[in-house]
Amino acid sequence: MQNSIGVLLIRPLSTYLQEELSKRYTLFKFWQVPPDIRREFLEKHSNSIKAVVPNGVQGADSELIDALPRLEIVASHSSGLDKIDLEKCREKGIRVTYTPDALTDEVADMALLLTMATMRRICEADRYVRSGAWKNADFRLTSKFSGKAVGIVGLGRIGSAIAKRVSAFGCTIGYHSCSQKPNSTFKYYPSVIDLASNSEILVIACALTHETHHIINRDVINALGRNGIIVNIARGCHIDEAELISALVEGRLGGAGLDVLEHEPYVPDQLLGLDNVVLSPHVGASTFETRQAMADLVVANLEAHFANKPLLNPVV
Amino acid sequence: MAEGQQTSPAPLLREIIVFGPPYMFIKYEKQFSSRYRILRPWESPIPLAQFLETHAQNTQAALITSFVSLSAAVLRNLPALRLILTTSAGVDHIDIIECRRRGIAVVYAAAMFSADVADLAVGLLLDVLRKISAGNRFVKNGDWAKQGDYPLGFKLGGKKVGIVGLGNIGIEVAKRLEAFGCEVSYYSRNRKPSVSYVFYPDISELAAKSDILVVCCALTEQTHHIINRDILLALGKKGVIVNIARGAVIDEKELVHFLQQGDIAGAGLEVFENEPFAPKELFELDNVVLSPHVANFTEESFRDLYELVSENLEAFFANKPLRSLVSEE
Repeated sequence: MQNSIGVLLIRPLSTYLQEELSKRYTLFKFWQVPPDIRREFLEKHSNSIKAVVPNGVQGADSELIDALPRLEIVASHSSGLDKIDLEKCREKGIRVTYTPDALTDEVADMALLLTMATMRRICEADRYVRSGAWKNADFRLTSKFSGKAVGIVGLGRIGSAIAKRVSAFGCTIGYHSCSQKPNSTFKYYPSVIDLASNSEILVIACALTHETHHIINRDVINALGRNGIIVNIARGCHIDEAELISALVEGRLGGAGLDVLEHEPYVPDQLLGLDNVVLSPHVGASTFETRQAMADLVVANLEAHFANKPLLNPVV
Repeated sequence: MAEGQQTSPAPLLREIIVFGPPYMFIKYEKQFSSRYRILRPWESPIPLAQFLETHAQNTQAALITSFVSLSAAVLRNLPALRLILTTSAGVDHIDIIECRRRGIAVVYAAAMFSADVADLAVGLLLDVLRKISAGNRFVKNGDWAKQGDYPLGFKLGGKKVGIVGLGNIGIEVAKRLEAFGCEVSYYSRNRKPSVSYVFYPDISELAAKSDILVVCCALTEQTHHIINRDILLALGKKGVIVNIARGAVIDEKELVHFLQQGDIAGAGLEVFENEPFAPKELFELDNVVLSPHVANFTEESFRDLYELVSENLEAFFANKPLRSLVSEE
């Protein structure tokens, strides 16, 4: 019977998702379980939980998967898969799905917003007005965005969507990717350092893998230079955060717009006081519209699996 | 004058009167002062009319900012004036008709800032929808670690954007928003045959059919308070408005009221009716983003502006042709 299928939802995400899952399955709300009794909780319900719905921040690690012997499918509410132990899923024959396209536009929009907010100091200017400082003096000059050289690291769905938007601002676009894209009209750089040397704005838009961990390191930051800015809407671990901070503090880098951090939600103190740094709380995909679309995909993938139909967005 | 004696024309006095002063002038003051004699009325304790009568009767060139109104009355006190250079793209602060009558050339920024202004319009709009100014505050206040999840924003793609005024700036805004997947339509004095966007000859119909309004038009008698209570009602509770034109295009009191009551969803405001004062009532709202009239405040635009003004001044004093003049329309 449908209702005997237990689905473990890791984070609340949206009431819409919770409602849709509850209609079809027995929903277990993991975030409501105090951390110290989670092991017990999983033991207690291990016979009914056949599906887990994690997201990009809190995934499905080895420990969780091992605690659920009846687990058949991990239907992730995310585009990123770095928080899911894919190897373990493969080993155990557990299916994995994700929601790749539902958030492409929103995340690309966030990349542009972070870029403009950093270069044009929109947040600082907003504070300037609210503080009453405008009465006494004009605000400062900022950097023009249109026409600048933009380098995109990763030209997948999100990277391409970013490139499409950036083109409308008259920018030149270069990219680095694990492999050159034959259909792309943008200039390919086989190394990130070369891309950084030829860019004024570097946008990180690739997936997090072993190879891309700390792909933005001291050398890349120095190549980008004191007037360059970095924008990250991918994963905090793409950037060597300690190096980023020292470059910003020492003035070797012009600024940064970051939606993700290595140890979010904890923010290094040094970033707090920097006016040339714009921070957002990992909300690249956080719109009402995206949540709904992602929820629909999660539900559709679960329904397909439990009806023995082909999965819509299989990873494993 | 004795018969047969020719009078040579008086040598052009390399003197400029500066009103404001414009921020660009402050930044490049050394360069201007080294080449011209500068009259600085703002430094004088005497009333403007008296200053002009005393010092500016032979002054032929004036450099002004958009905050200074060059009315017919002020112009009458500048009998030798032949050139006005304004550091703005707008010319609503200059009595153009009077200038035409007197043969005074007016140099303005024209389309120079259009990209910068359009960039800011898009940035402000995205900020309102995705709450980055509020989000940045949330993170830097330490609230992310304490409170966890941040409220959801709204998607830009697929939204219907109505552009009020499809001039140099409006066109640049439209181009950018199209790339984000918006459906663009516009209201303008006249239909623009060269664009494919849907034209609405009636601004209230544009508002009714739009999710977002971006105000890009010049301030004229016709556009003063053109965004009024009726238009805001037509835009609706889920509507967002961005203004990068002039504060007086919107009835600011009504707008504040609508925002306080939640009768529109948000606003991005770069200009206000009484700058540099922005309505205090808006300071507590997270769905409003405020900007201190900085749409052209980039290093690049200021450099371009400086070059425009200094080249035109050199040309003027050498009796050579000027560029970027306000033309007959």
